[in-house]
Amino acid sequence: MTISFSSKKNYKVIGNNPIRHDGYDKVTGRAIYGADVKLPGLIWGEVLRSPYAHAKIKSINISKAENFDGVFSVITSKDIPINSNGNHIEDLQKRMPNMNLKRDVDNILAREKVLYKGHPVAAIAAKDRNTAKEACKLIEVEYEVLEPVKNVDEAIKKNAPIILEDLEGDHLGKIVTNTNIAKHFRHAFGDIDKAFNNCDLVIEKEFNLQMVHQGYIEPHNATAHWDENDHLSLWSSTQGQFAVRDLTAGFLDLPISKVTTYPVEIGGGFGGKTKVYLPPLAAILSKKSGFRPVKMIMDRVSVFQGSGPAPGGKVIVKIGVTNDRKIQASKVDLKFEAGAFPGSSIAAGSVCSLACYYIPNIQVDAYDVLVNKPKTAAYRAPGSPQVSFGVESVIDEICEKMTWDKIDFRLVNASKEGSRRTDGVLFNKIGFIETLEAAKKSDHWNSKINKRDKNKIYGRGISCGYWHNGGGRSTVDLILQDDGDIALNEGSVDIGGTRTSISMQVAETLGIPVENIHPSIPDTDTIGFTQTTGGSRTTYATGYAGWESAKKLIEEMKKRVSILWEKPEKEIIFQDGEFFSNDSNKKINISELASKINLTGGPVTSTASVNLATAGNGFSTGICDIEIDPKTGKTDVVRYTAIQDVGKAIYPAYVEGQIRGGVVQGIGWALNEEYYIKDDGSMANTSFLDYRMPTALDMPNIEVELVEVHNPLHPFGVRGVGEVCIVPPLGAVANAIKAATGKRIYNTPMNPRKILEVLNYG
Amino acid sequence: MAKVFLPYQLKKSTNNKDFIEVKGSTLNEVIINLEKMFPGTKEHLVQEGRIKPGLAAICGFSATRKGLLQELEEDTEVHFLPSIAGG
Repeated sequence: MTISFSSKKNYKVIGNNPIRHDGYDKVTGRAIYGADVKLPGLIWGEVLRSPYAHAKIKSINISKAENFDGVFSVITSKDIPINSNGNHIEDLQKRMPNMNLKRDVDNILAREKVLYKGHPVAAIAAKDRNTAKEACKLIEVEYEVLEPVKNVDEAIKKNAPIILEDLEGDHLGKIVTNTNIAKHFRHAFGDIDKAFNNCDLVIEKEFNLQMVHQGYIEPHNATAHWDENDHLSLWSSTQGQFAVRDLTAGFLDLPISKVTTYPVEIGGGFGGKTKVYLPPLAAILSKKSGFRPVKMIMDRVSVFQGSGPAPGGKVIVKIGVTNDRKIQASKVDLKFEAGAFPGSSIAAGSVCSLACYYIPNIQVDAYDVLVNKPKTAAYRAPGSPQVSFGVESVIDEICEKMTWDKIDFRLVNASKEGSRRTDGVLFNKIGFIETLEAAKKSDHWNSKINKRDKNKIYGRGISCGYWHNGGGRSTVDLILQDDGDIALNEGSVDIGGTRTSISMQVAETLGIPVENIHPSIPDTDTIGFTQTTGGSRTTYATGYAGWESAKKLIEEMKKRVSILWEKPEKEIIFQDGEFFSNDSNKKINISELASKINLTGGPVTSTASVNLATAGNGFSTGICDIEIDPKTGKTDVVRYTAIQDVGKAIYPAYVEGQIRGGVVQGIGWALNEEYYIKDDGSMANTSFLDYRMPTALDMPNIEVELVEVHNPLHPFGVRGVGEVCIVPPLGAVANAIKAATGKRIYNTPMNPRKILEVLNYG
Repeated sequence: MAKVFLPYQLKKSTNNKDFIEVKGSTLNEVIINLEKMFPGTKEHLVQEGRIKPGLAAICGFSATRKGLLQELEEDTEVHFLPSIAGG
């Protein structure tokens, strides 16, 4: 059913690190980001946000704000077309079956209730940003404050305040009302009870995690121009310009042909820019303000309070082993905070939970739980770091209790081709064992910890992680220019250097230097539909489309050579950027052909769209050394090695960069980051001063070892690389802390306070 | 025969077996035959002639892109699972 590709070793372009195509624009500041968009007559929009985590809206009076000097328009949820119409919603809902447009629209402007602090209530367009901010203060909102639900324990307790009164929860297929549990599903196979009874050691532990933010530097932004011809143009910082088009069209009840989204550069996303917040508001304000273009930019407080973080929650892990070092059974119970609307990453989290190991008897229960916090969004391998923290901590504990080598134990139980994933699906060719073997041979694992300060304590931890990676829909167009260079249009937003990684795959196929490829990311009217850049899918799926498009271009060029040489196509051979006649008497390269192409029938172009069913599973192993100051509890990671199966590294420097970035985010999640929630349900630390992300000064040089186990599903063996790297650090840091202190911490963040607690009080 | 792995909530109606063997050369035929064997299962898998929103049908190693028209080779495993997205 799937095409299988064999491994090829001798690439000319792939595996090198050329100068990136967008490098000059980025380092000189010429690159256009959302905040740089300027249009004639531009005005500013601002959002009024809820001061309460949970409250009924009794009334909203906008008259004072509307009459404020410099204000063009004020909108509330009543102004969102989908709330009153719905002519196009069925079509759009069919295109996006996993979305709930009617539910999602309540997240961009609240209707009857506000469901988290920072929930938008109204929006204003004014002549400048300060006027818009001042006018927001004139909107009079009368609230009836309700008790907030702050975490999963509060959400599921008896008589908990109900967040969405009209929610119909799906609990193992049964519809349940008056609940905060939006979904409960289970993966199970084998005989779990019997298997646990036959185990020699069973360990069960509970882990609690706090909500964390992706921490992208560039805040959400949008510029919208609804023109007199009822056409909407949008610019916004997003991982998917087509998703912005489709969702905005849905909320505004417009056909998608009436909306054009122009991609701009993105200053970080990590999954958080897969959601839509500002574009629909800017669009309605534009229309209501006499078709003036409107720009909106969130400040950092709004980003923390009003965009989508990764879920916190509770994970309970039970693992049983027999004396032959085999895991016989495991039970995982994960309850994720969805935020105020359904849709946390429980599906991915449940699949990832036990995917590293082949376990014959499993039961995984996953719960999507509503709380009065912002609706969660994807964050690098969504759901996997949370569950991996629990599973890898319990595995460490088992190895310690049984005095088993931590890598050998994992090797005995490691998933491999033909073993089953947590959800029962069989693995194709994977490289988890290879990452463990590389870890075992690594300099890091075979060196002693550098205990540089006798006043500090040290520990080493190891942990593993899984992410399935994504396929999906992508489009690449190629145009042979008259000078022989290639213009490449791709539908994927470039968030990790994919202009170049896709160009390299096209260049390799065409047998020309990557410098001769000129990549662009056009607007949504100019390229075929392409899914959001996320799920580690772009170099894989859009690269695949690039390869297919290049193959088509070669076939078209062959036809032109045939005309030029007056020889049948079948007698023309293409190799390494040159066309030969089969008798070897004639030869022409792409550049020479390009100069003569018009004589053969005009320009040569090609397009390819793919819809790839699956990618190549990704595994990563991390080794971590930490140094703890026992007086303050401050913990530093002093050495970290990330070993990851990447399939084939198209651009190794980018791949290593992705892995280092993921590791840093995982370490921040492990040690310091959290939404610190006060009793009233509001977040206390809404700035980068108080929300403590790691900086370059906090990090050692992270060592990266690329393991290349060819992915047979891709012509160049590519697997996704951008996400699985964030998974191992939580477990690796936790296990290192246990090694250093003798005590295990079961909650994130493992910050100085918790370190001091275990050191001083056990 | 396809080996069909059903969502947990449907296992009760199939005697809690990890998988069941069902005849059919396409996903549609398998679901029709499954309904004959275990009445009531189809409505949990299909809606308006398509695989139900929020559900993914994994045929072999891959989620199908052809929906109910997906051809199935002999002994192909079919899993019905919650669909998942990435970051």
